[in-house]
Amino acid sequence: MTAAVLFENVSRHFGAVKAVDAVDLEIAAGEFFAMLGPSGSGKTTCLRLMAGFEQPTGGHIEIFGETAEGVPPYRRSVNTVFQDYALFPHLSILDNVAYGLMVKGIGKDERRKAAEDALAMVKLPGYGQRRPGQLSGGQRQRVALARALVNKPKVLLLDEPLGALDLKLREQMQEELKSLQKSLGITFVFVTHDQGEALSMADRIAVFNDGKIQQLGTPEDIYKRPQTRFVADFVGSSNVLSSATCARLGVPAKAASLRPEAIAIGTSWAEQLSLPGTVTARSFLGATNRVSVDCAGEKIIVASPAAMPVPDIGAEVQLAFSRNDLHLMEEA
Amino acid sequence: MSALATPAAITPNRPGLTGRLSDFLWKHPHVLLAILLGPPVLWLGIIYLGSLFALLLQSFFSIDDFSGLINYEFTLSTYKQLLSDANFDIIVRTITMAAVVTIFSALIAFPIAYYAARYAKGKWKAVFYLGIMLPLWSSYLVKIYAWKLILAKEGILTWAFAKLHLLWLLDAWLALPIIGGNSLSVSYTGTFLVFVYVWMPFMILPIQAALERVPGNLIEASSDLGGTPQQTFRHVLFPLALPGIVAGSIFTFSLTLGDYIIPQIVGSSRLFIGQAVYAQQGTAGNIPLAAAFTVVPIVIMGLYLWMAKRMGAFDAL
Repeated sequence: MTAAVLFENVSRHFGAVKAVDAVDLEIAAGEFFAMLGPSGSGKTTCLRLMAGFEQPTGGHIEIFGETAEGVPPYRRSVNTVFQDYALFPHLSILDNVAYGLMVKGIGKDERRKAAEDALAMVKLPGYGQRRPGQLSGGQRQRVALARALVNKPKVLLLDEPLGALDLKLREQMQEELKSLQKSLGITFVFVTHDQGEALSMADRIAVFNDGKIQQLGTPEDIYKRPQTRFVADFVGSSNVLSSATCARLGVPAKAASLRPEAIAIGTSWAEQLSLPGTVTARSFLGATNRVSVDCAGEKIIVASPAAMPVPDIGAEVQLAFSRNDLHLMEEA
Repeated sequence: MSALATPAAITPNRPGLTGRLSDFLWKHPHVLLAILLGPPVLWLGIIYLGSLFALLLQSFFSIDDFSGLINYEFTLSTYKQLLSDANFDIIVRTITMAAVVTIFSALIAFPIAYYAARYAKGKWKAVFYLGIMLPLWSSYLVKIYAWKLILAKEGILTWAFAKLHLLWLLDAWLALPIIGGNSLSVSYTGTFLVFVYVWMPFMILPIQAALERVPGNLIEASSDLGGTPQQTFRHVLFPLALPGIVAGSIFTFSLTLGDYIIPQIVGSSRLFIGQAVYAQQGTAGNIPLAAAFTVVPIVIMGLYLWMAKRMGAFDAL
């Protein structure tokens, strides 16, 4: 099957700055794909390369099997939901949503009907006559979504679409986006710096850093089996154990990642690995307690369930975890 | 411990008159507003608008044809005089010139403003502002006389046309009725060129300011939704720049309507409104008619703004 989006050795350099550097990427049709990374990691530039706002300085891009480099944005069946929505302030909501159909020369009645349907789909029926300035952030976000989807794009690009929304609204939109994507079957490519968002929504995630893909895999892969120190740290702030600590555990490796929530304090069974250490700090986070433990010079963070007793600072404790939760990494 | 380290929870009042004044004005912000706004509002209200209304009032008086004295009785006879054939010609001529000057200024200014707003960065932005403002720093009269020399029959423009073997083109243009003449410096074409040159900064700057406020991602959004550059211009860029274009056109239009120096130095001897006002209040001594002439630009600008608003020029504001 043809890939929805294919990057072959794609680079986008701005002078000496390698915003995107030799990226290979294949996004399957119908996939919900997330590009995750800190700001400046190249994820947004990748999105802009797909939309056509940027042209690659090297490599080859295909969209559904067709060469995309040199093709202007207005000839691509790709639509974008912009980070700050980019609604046209001088047009009504209905005209905003119908804009794509209008420039394609679709008749007034037909595009009006399609725009109204799209607004109903994003749960804003009857909002057509208002202006963007009269809507809340969450509503504008839905309009931006309707304006993109009304064109029935082959690929929908979303640039940090939930970044400006408050937590409650964000969680609600995450679910809606996910179910919308499932029902429409359109390929969604989604840029975010929020690892929680990427993990909960995406079928697959590409973790970006310094213009390169650090790791590409399912959310579970990325979370449980980070391949690099960067991924381990950025996605869920894992502990990265040094080779010395690995040796003490009897597991020869250059480095290994260990999730804070995979560690128990004080209880260990025979089949578990254990490390002695001293508690140096603790803080209450609601559902968990975050406990810092010093194990022979290595700082290990433990996420201990709030129901468990928390040792005092300075207490000598045993950290226990399963060998299966210790993920060995190739690089130190 | 030093006094700096632990300030009191509420510090005592500052000593002296300024301290009490600060407290008073803080408690009564309206007083502060009145002090700040009073003088300029009085200036605007009495000296500016007041004298304007006094002038307008004059237009409803008439002049006694025999004695030349003003008859202080309300009448519309001056307006009847204003609409006589000779005076009406002056009005039509001036409005036509102002409209053509405004349209061409907008056509030339838009690309310049677009470049400045979208592409010019750092040093080039400074060069842009300098280039626009520099002509404003030199004397208006010097510029107009310079243009008279440029446009004269023996001037550099005729010379350039001759060198390019295009003199036939210039002659053909000057042979045209109305806009032609003996040379560019005594034709409406010459007047038009000088008007466009002199008012250009007033058109460029508002358009540039309007374009500057158009977020770049709206252009991208239009393109993303399938809009060709032409469609993006028509449906997004132009409507959003329209308030700037209208603001600029108010300048070029009203400045052309009122100017009496440019058509006097460069152009045919036929009068424009400004010259008519000058002549009526000066040599002719007909203040009511001069006042009636000045009403024309005010009415036209009022109509123009009303139409611009009706057409949605300010919707994007």
